[in-house]
Amino acid sequence: MKKPRKLEAEPPWPAPPAAAHARLSRREFLQSTAVAVSATGLPLAPVLLRASAPAPAGADAFPEPVPVVLEVNGRRHELRLEPRVTLLDALRESLGLTGTKKGCDHGQCGACTVLADGRRINACLTLAIMHENEAITTVEGLAPDGRLSPLQAAFIACDAFQCGYCTPGQLCSATALLAELRAGQASAVSPDVRRPRPVVTEAELRERMSGNLCRCGAYPNILAALRKVAG
Amino acid sequence: MQPFFYDRAGDPDQALEFARQPDSHFIGGGTNLIDLLKNEVQSAARVIDLNRAGLAAIVPAPDGGLDLGALARNGDTANHALVRRDFPLLSQALLSGASAQLRNMATNGGNLLQRTRCHYFNDPGFTQCNKRVPGSGCAALEGFNRMHAILGVSEACIATHPSDMCVALAALDAVVVAHGAQGERRIPMREFHRLPGDQPHLDTVLAPGELITGIHLPPSPFAGHSHYLKVRDRSSYAFALVSVAAGLALRGGVVVGAGVALGGVAAKPWRIPGAEACLLGTRVDTAQFDRAADALADRLLAGARGFKDNQFKVALARRSILRALQLAGQGTGGSE
Repeated sequence: MKKPRKLEAEPPWPAPPAAAHARLSRREFLQSTAVAVSATGLPLAPVLLRASAPAPAGADAFPEPVPVVLEVNGRRHELRLEPRVTLLDALRESLGLTGTKKGCDHGQCGACTVLADGRRINACLTLAIMHENEAITTVEGLAPDGRLSPLQAAFIACDAFQCGYCTPGQLCSATALLAELRAGQASAVSPDVRRPRPVVTEAELRERMSGNLCRCGAYPNILAALRKVAG
Repeated sequence: MQPFFYDRAGDPDQALEFARQPDSHFIGGGTNLIDLLKNEVQSAARVIDLNRAGLAAIVPAPDGGLDLGALARNGDTANHALVRRDFPLLSQALLSGASAQLRNMATNGGNLLQRTRCHYFNDPGFTQCNKRVPGSGCAALEGFNRMHAILGVSEACIATHPSDMCVALAALDAVVVAHGAQGERRIPMREFHRLPGDQPHLDTVLAPGELITGIHLPPSPFAGHSHYLKVRDRSSYAFALVSVAAGLALRGGVVVGAGVALGGVAAKPWRIPGAEACLLGTRVDTAQFDRAADALADRLLAGARGFKDNQFKVALARRSILRALQLAGQGTGGSE
């Protein structure tokens, strides 16, 4: 969440021409100003990770971007990324899939939750290059034909969000949760893990969603949406 | 995060070969390493991706136990049918840790090697941390040390090991299997992690470049009577203040075997070999059993020493030992 904060200060760079600015989305505007920031020698914004690294002297000792093939929401993307680029940054900065959110960037909030081969993971704590030959699904891929999934519809029906920032992560997480329940997976509150199928209780749903924080506190409505779909 | 090179290992031998390069680090799930790299707590010239190196299988062992691949995910391990049936204590401990997302990423080998969550270690803004910068001092000794250790500490470090999995593994007498230049090594859990002493930067006995390939679980008599009790500040997705892995073997309600280990109290899962002997011969659900549990707490907590903010852990650990044993005595999953 550093980019908006930078813009609150008096900008040390010239404003983009008004005509160009008018055509830019908020995001493109932020990106163009971030490039300007780097030109002034101020600290680089995370958005610049996608730019090619400068070639230093003795370039063979410096990790250059390497080819990375990602399959996201059914589409194949051939990218060139530095090995250090996280899956989250690749999705947002290289593929423009900004539905997946960067909350804490340290695996503590779940806003970056995506599905890798159907399994929920935190995209902020894994490298993009580790996910070649996997099917990645982001929130943009949950309604591939433009029709909301039952879970998405339940989130709207139950008003399961306020600011909406955590919602893409909540939706991806809850989508996987439903599959985990169908597969009979246990949780920390399952009374006896030796029983093959957990009983779906409120405690089970709360525990299974604990990796997704909501600072607006929409938990009761998120839970209601889940109950609607999970039974 | 500083730039690094990336190698993808196709098998364990290739991983070991890659690891001969300077400042190279294995990456499994990445849930701890990438965080440390982002915070610049740790550096890496090169990361070696183990995710295509095999090692993810969970298979019955010749001795009747179970062999867990080092690259098997914590979530998959917790939910493996044989783990749930024969080692519910391990399943419960794994499910108590982190979140579903992180458990889908974190590997068993990585869990063994995760670093402490001491605030002073994880934030290079603090200049004193002997674990991060040997010889720099310990800011936690006089700092905010509510989460810190009460056993096995030194003046150099009072950090805890944060794992839940490892506590259950200690109670289950698990063995870590590692491969390195000298071939295979089998390291009992209780010898795997080091106490800080004057070298707190060394968390484990693993040699540089050595690769954890698996964890062996010997057959366990505790499946019917075990409990993992985790006491924490919020009911999920938090590290333990104190945890107890308790397993009992009963014959006619009388204890004939026991394994009890503590988490959240030391730089390693805390177990005293043979300490559980005081439980033997007692009948669960009796005052005699409770007194034996208290005697076990005396042994486990001998020498325990609280600091400014964590004095409470000594009493909390004692009560948690009793509670975990009572629940284990009622049978895995309680009396339902």
